[in-house]
This record gives sequence, C-alpha cells and structure tokens, in this order.
Amino acid sequence: MQHGEPTFQLKNRTLRWVERRLPIFGLIHSSFVAYPTPRNLNYWWTFGGILSFMLVVQIVTGIVLAMHFTPTVDGAFNSVEHIMRDVNYGWLLRYIHANGGSMFFLAAYIHMARGLYYGSHKEPRELLWILGVVIFLLMMATAFMGYVLPWGQMSFWAATVITNLFSAIPIFGNAITQWLWGGYAVDQPLLQRFYSLHYVLPFAIAFVVVLHVWALHVVGQNNPDGIDVKTDKDTVAFTPYASMKDSFALVCFLILTAWFVFYAPNYLGHPDNYIPANPLQTPPHIVPEWYFLPYYAILRAIPNKLLGVVVLFGSIAVLFIVPWLDTSKVRSARYRPLYRWFFWLLVVSVIGLGYLGSKPPEGIYVAAARILTIYYFAHFFVVLPLLGFIETPRPLPSSISEAVLKKKGGAPVTAGGVAAPEGRG
Amino acid sequence: MTVETTAEPSRRDFLYIATATVGAVGAAAAAWPLINQMNPDASVLALSSAEVDLKPIAVGQIVTVKWRGKPVFIFHRTKRDIDEARAVKLADLIDPQADEARVKKGKDEWLVLVGVCTHLGCIPLGHQGQYDGWFCPCHGSLYDTSGRVRRGPAPLNLEVPPYEFSSDTSVKIG
Repeated sequence: MQHGEPTFQLKNRTLRWVERRLPIFGLIHSSFVAYPTPRNLNYWWTFGGILSFMLVVQIVTGIVLAMHFTPTVDGAFNSVEHIMRDVNYGWLLRYIHANGGSMFFLAAYIHMARGLYYGSHKEPRELLWILGVVIFLLMMATAFMGYVLPWGQMSFWAATVITNLFSAIPIFGNAITQWLWGGYAVDQPLLQRFYSLHYVLPFAIAFVVVLHVWALHVVGQNNPDGIDVKTDKDTVAFTPYASMKDSFALVCFLILTAWFVFYAPNYLGHPDNYIPANPLQTPPHIVPEWYFLPYYAILRAIPNKLLGVVVLFGSIAVLFIVPWLDTSKVRSARYRPLYRWFFWLLVVSVIGLGYLGSKPPEGIYVAAARILTIYYFAHFFVVLPLLGFIETPRPLPSSISEAVLKKKGGAPVTAGGVAAPEGRG
Repeated sequence: MTVETTAEPSRRDFLYIATATVGAVGAAAAAWPLINQMNPDASVLALSSAEVDLKPIAVGQIVTVKWRGKPVFIFHRTKRDIDEARAVKLADLIDPQADEARVKKGKDEWLVLVGVCTHLGCIPLGHQGQYDGWFCPCHGSLYDTSGRVRRGPAPLNLEVPPYEFSSDTSVKIG
C-alpha cells in the first residue's frame, strides 16, 4: 500500500478511466504483485493465504447451506438430513463446510505457532498479532455456534455446557445465561439467534482479516531469521515468488482437506451428533470438537467452577499480552537456543491437553491435565519473561540476503535474480 | 498548530461535553431494545407452570417431567433415603442446607428438584454414585438423596423449584 509503484501503468483505456477515479488496480498491484516479501520465507509462511482461502470456502458453502437449512428445534435436524439425502450435491457442500471448519482451525493453529516460533508477535507487529487473536476468538465463537445448528445431541449439550460457563459469573450469572438462552433452558430462541450470528460473524472475521492484512502491509512480513529487511537484495516480489509458493502450499492443503471430505467425512465429528437433540438426556460422554479439546481439558482440570471458567478464558486471553511477556529482543527461535526447546514443550503440552480433553475426567487424566495446565501458563508468565534475561542468543546475520547466501553457499546475486530460496522451518 | 491553554472552561467546552453526553444517552437508549429483545419473551414466561399427578410414582422411583424446557426430578423417597439425607452433618456439605428445608412439611417422601447440574447444566443420572442420589456424567459431580452436592466441581445443591401440593396426590410446579 505504501509501496505503491509510480511506474504502474494500465494499457487498457477503460481500466485507465476507472483507475483515475478509483485506484483499485494500483492498490492490488502494489499489495499483491510488486509487494516486496523477504526472500527467505519458508512454507510456514503460506498459511495466511491458506486461511484466507478457507474463509472464502466457509462463507460460500455456508451461504448455500443456509438456503436449505431450517433453524427450528423441530426442523433443524431433519433439514440437515434433507441436505445430506435430497439436495443436489448437498452432501458435498455440508461435508466441505463441516470439515472445512476443522481444516480452518488446523491452519490457524499452524499459523499461530509459526508466529510464536519466529517471534512475529514482537515489535513492531504487536497490533498485527492482537488482531490475529481477535480473529481467533471470532473463529471460536463462529465454530461453536455452527456446531449447535444441526441440533443433534452433541450440538444441544455443547450449547448447554458452553452457555452455562457464563452462569459462573457472580451475581449476574443467571441473568446473563437466561439472556443468552432467551428462556430458561437451551431451546428455540437460542437456536435461532445462533443461526443469525453464525451467518454474520464470518463477515466480521473478514473485516478483521482486512485490518490484519493492512497492518501486515504497513509493518512488513517477519521472516525465518527474524531480522529486518534492509535493502532490496533482501526481498523478492510477491508475484510470482510468494503467490506461486502460496498456491502450491494451498493445493497440498486442499488435497488433505479433500481426503477428509471424500474418504473420512465423519472422522473428525462425533457419532452422537447424528442423534436428534434430547433436552432430557445428557449423553454419557460429551466432548467438544478436536480444536477445542485443549481448552476443555483446562476447564476440567480445575475443581472449582468459577476458577475453571476464569482459567479457561485466561488461557486464550494470555495470547493478547504475549508481545509484552516475551522479553527477548531476538525474534526468531533459530537464534534462541533455549527458547526453541520451550516452544516445542509448549506445543507438546497443548497437544497433550487436547488428548486429555478427549478422555473422561477422572484419575490420572485429571492429574496430568493439571500438570500440563500449569506448564501452559508457566510458559507465558514465567518462561517467556525470564528467557529474555537468561538466554544468550546466537549471533544474528547482518542481513537476510547474507543469511540466505551463506546457507546456499552461492555467490552474491542481484535481488530477484534467483527463485525464492527455501529455508528450513 | 498552537496549543491553547485557558484556565476557565469555555462555553464551547460546555457545548462539546453536553453534546457528547446527550449522544451517549441516546446511543444507550437505542441499544437497550436491541439487547433486551434477547431476554425470555412473553410466550416463554407464559408457559411457566406444570401440573404433575403423583399417584403413578412408586416408592423409590424418580420421574422426570419437563418444566420451562428443563427436566424436573420428582423422587418418591424411601424411609432409608430420608434417614440417609438427615444423618449427614451440615458442616460436611459443600452447600450446607438441611434436608427438611428442601421438602414440604409433612411430605418428606417427595423431593422435587430441577434436574440440571449446577456446574455446567448437564442432566445428572439418578440412583447413582456413592451417595445414592445423582451422578453427573459430564464432569463427575455427585449429589445425595436430598439432591445436595457432595462432590464437585458443581458448587451448589440441585435447585428446588417453586411448587405446591395442589392436592394430596398432585403438585403444581412453578
């Protein structure tokens, strides 16, 4: 955006006419064609593009599913079956939408882990990171509400348990939950308002994504070496280098998505959600979708209701202040010999919590969940602040091009003279 | 641009503050209907009582009826259930309350409860757990034969809804 090229010229007269009045082609050109990207970006940097694509997929499939869905307690479950059996390609659209949600979260978690590993949350990208956390929160709300819509047993009891989290709030808890329900229990008013909000929230996400990309284009991308771009030699043009790399990664990601859609469409779901909602019977074992399991394990690790809810929300809220908890001036874990171990320990603890969240809340599972919950918070509140003082970082390369060329062992070349070099993640 | 500092607030400052205040009040007034529309509506409030015939409920049986969209347990307690509930020391309870305070006087055998776990709203399973009351399958809370919580994470006893005996063999809940 601020990298607009004065040399950008349109040949077509009509387009030139438009451009003089609304410089949209110049904006696209400067943002997605000429935009300089660090030349050392690796494949972990392709998930932003993948996420944007998945958002569009979810919105498009969601809009057409809404044409066949009935948001009533008597009609919702049957209309989903109607979509599966009667609507032309309804099975395909629903399976893409349901598995698309999971793949969206998979990409988001990789994207966030990438940010934490390479220090993308650090100065000057704090606001960019915070906007990302806002998107993540909106995604969670949207996914949860969408999961309620088919009105199966898991839908109903997920809605009950999650809305009851608010009843833990002192004094106002009951009034707030009844306000959310529009009644005294999860029923028609809740289903209908969730439908309305599930439809609109993705557009709110799209809006924050625009802010996220805008902020990104102001401060520029971070890179695997975590050092600033200094000269033109450190960058290559977005097109074709980044756009081709993003496209290739997207195709690989879509192959995985397609495998789920066509070969294991219900693998990530729960069979109980094919039983119509019954307000008088709770299933013996209720679990959320896989992407919420770590938080569910944290909730259940705490034996006190209010504290459990506070810690659950705290586990996400802590992400907002990560830029200030991480005291190290060095961004990339490549040059942080201690941090990279703790990073992987965090990854292992989150995956471990996810596993424990899928197990019944008893005995060894609860004990293990408590240990991992403690590590999760210790990582942010103890490890990150202390490492900045304790750790001796490895020497940083003087520039991105130096780092790249040293690794490749090649002679210096002019900017853009070779294909974007691949760094290891 | 020069920075003006005046000791006295000017007439213009007053107008700015007054305008902003009226605007804020107006915005809040406009937001209230948008927020309040989500509260339980008139039709939901109208369906707030249920009549239950107690005759078919055998001793020892728990019957579940629906009231305000929620399950209500009606437990026809045995002598043993009542004695067990009354033998407990109040100090041992998480949410101390005497069994006598949870039933109607002279109707000790009838326990009426909202069948919603006070933790996160799951429906506990009857005649289960070491206290012979209810066990919540979601997060493992245990309730006794008076519906009082005996093991967390639930913080409170099962709620006793407002009800009255409309005759010796029927109750009106709500």
